[in-house]
Formats: sequence, C-alpha cells, structure tokens
Amino acid sequence: MATTEEIRTSLAELVNDVAGVPVEDVQLDKSFTEDLDVDSLAMVEIIVGCEEKFGVTIPDEDSKKLKTVGDAVAYIESHQ
Amino acid sequence: MTVNASSGGPFARVLSIASAVPSRVVDNAEMCTYIDSSDEWIQQRTGIVERRWVAEGEDAESLAMDAATKAIERAGLTASDIDAVIVSTVSHFKQTPGLAPKLAAKLGTDGAAAFDISAACAGFCYGIAMGESLVRSGAAKKALVIGVETLSKLTDLHDRTTAFLFADGAGAAVIGASDTNGIGPVVWGSDGEQSGVIDQNVDLLESGRTGVPAVLTMEGQAVFRWATGFIADAARRTLAVSGVDATELDVFAPHQANNRITDSMLRHLKLPSTVKVARTIKTMGNNSAASIPIALDSMLASGEAKSGDKALIIGFGAGLVYAGQVIELP
Repeated sequence: MATTEEIRTSLAELVNDVAGVPVEDVQLDKSFTEDLDVDSLAMVEIIVGCEEKFGVTIPDEDSKKLKTVGDAVAYIESHQ
Repeated sequence: MTVNASSGGPFARVLSIASAVPSRVVDNAEMCTYIDSSDEWIQQRTGIVERRWVAEGEDAESLAMDAATKAIERAGLTASDIDAVIVSTVSHFKQTPGLAPKLAAKLGTDGAAAFDISAACAGFCYGIAMGESLVRSGAAKKALVIGVETLSKLTDLHDRTTAFLFADGAGAAVIGASDTNGIGPVVWGSDGEQSGVIDQNVDLLESGRTGVPAVLTMEGQAVFRWATGFIADAARRTLAVSGVDATELDVFAPHQANNRITDSMLRHLKLPSTVKVARTIKTMGNNSAASIPIALDSMLASGEAKSGDKALIIGFGAGLVYAGQVIELP
C-alpha cells in the first residue's frame, strides 16, 4: 500500500501534468479550485487520471466532494 | 447451384478529401451578445475563437454538394464513377427522403446506392468504415462518404453551456480499391446507457406539436470524462490494432469537440511532438460529423499534412458512439 506522502507526490505529478501547477504547490491543505486554480474540466481530467494511476473508481457524486488535495489523497487511501 | 458472391479487392484507401464551410463567421464577441460569457472564457474552455454558421441560402444540402463535388474532382473521377453515397448527418431536417439519394442525383451519379446514417460526431469515421467495407466486398467500386451538419439550427442561442460550441460545415471523402492498404481496422462501439448525456430537449414530433424549438443539450463534464478516459484509450487501441506505433504517426485528427479534450488525449497517447495535431476547432467550432474531414482538408491545404501521411482519426459523440481508424492521407 502506498503511503499518504507517496500518494500526494504521485497526485502532484498528475496535477502538474494536467494543469501545469508546480508539484511543490500541491499540498494536502490546498483547495484545487481556489488555491491551485484548477478549473472544472481540469478537475475531471485529474479524477480520470487518479482512476488510472491509483486503480480506484471515483463516481461523480464522490468526485464533487473532493475539494482539497487532502480530500483526494484520503479518498484514494481508503479506496485502494 | 450457389448464389454468386460479390468480390472486391483486399485493400481500400481514401482517394480524396474535401470540405465546405458556410460563409457566415460568428466570433466570440457576437456569441457574447447571446450568452453571458466572455471571449477569454470561451477560448480557455474550448479553444474556439470563431465558428461558421449557415447564412441565408446555405443549408446541409448546399454544403454537402460543395464538399462532394470537390472530393470527386480531386479523386480524378466524375460523378458517374461513384456507385455508393453515404451521408452522415443529424441536422438535415427532413426525415424522408434521406439527403444521400438527392445528392447522388444532383451530383450526377448513375443511380448510385445512397443512404443516410446517424452517428453524430462519430459519423465520418462510421462512414469511412462502411465505405471501406463496401469497396473491399465489391458492393461498391467508389464510395463517397459525406459528413455534413447545420448544428446552428439545433442550438439554443441562450444556453451558455452549449451555444458557443456548435457549428456548421461539410466534409467528403472518396474511397476506392487499392493495391496497398490505406485504411486500418475500425475501433468502434456505443454506450446507449449514456444516451441522455448529449440529447435533444424534445423530439421533432413534439417540437412540431408544441412549438418548442428542438435544441441540443449536453452534460459537458460527463462528456469530458468519457472523452478523456474511454475515448483516449480507444484512440490508443486504434493505433495498436493498426500496427502503427506512435512514432510512425504523422497526423492526429480527433473530432474537434474541444481543444481541452484534444490536449488530454495527447497526454494520454504520449504522441511525439513531430505528430501534427488538428486544431481547426479554433476557427470552425464543433461541426460534428464534418469536423474531421474539414480538419484533414485544412491540414493538407496548408501543407501541415501531406499525401501518404498516416493519420489517426477518431470521432465520438451523441449516442454515445465512437469510431476510429488510421488512414493514409490522399
């Protein structure tokens, strides 16, 4: 099982790839939309990327609740 | 005694590609007189700067005629050489008769087989798959495939989630037999479970009865999710079944749905930077079944793409339906 930090690092690479956000900015307390300026389309792509990268399924009703990097990491940790 | 079988040849290829776009340019400034939006937002979300809508006197038939006439000429043929005409459209507003027989006659074919198909934004690739099969089976010697749309007639001008996307245009290709293969295996399918994701608010019967205009509706994020996940993977599978490595590809021309979808597919496919990528959505908008041939024609005309190039094309849209092939450009 990947650790929280490993998931965060991996997610940071994905967010960087999709939205061009510097990896060091992708910290657990950051909001995707407000702090990292990730728009709704990029967020969809990040969700799809997480599904592929971490082998989890994130239905729409759950993805809407993932406001911060920490929310996403916790979701991945508990569903892997 | 057995019944004779039709016999074609082992291979088919695209002999020509042509397109036609309407004369009216609708830029984002005009668009923002209909919806509460901005040029910057539309460009950032879609890549669209302007789109083409039919003007007075232009319609699906006139655009299709224009594109088809040029395609036949570019193939070095005359209309009487064409023995099958396939028209893909969701925006020719007469249910009966289809557009294809009328075009076949107006073009001057000798009573070619002619029929319409409805496969939305995947329509051109569905048509190529059918044309290729008809030629290889011997059912047709030269098949004319046309994708034509007038989506502006199905657009809710005041829907700020869709109005800026949809556009009009036509593209055509002639397919014929060949000594070497020019059209790879099709990767296609449907997902009718998601039929409501891109839909009409009312069917045309109800529209006629109630006076409520029929317009397209779309759940943008659901489409984006499908396109950037499943369709990106279908594009990868299309290359794989064609036996074409990403490093051997010259052109990538996905349906021009949204530049952000194209960007995402590129990340997924990891195509080398030498691959030329269609971006005609910038000036043409999303014109559904016409977008791929318009993109290919434009890239060939500008010299960005050249004859013999291997192009990955993939269409995807309402249904949901999708189809992709690798083709060699004429």
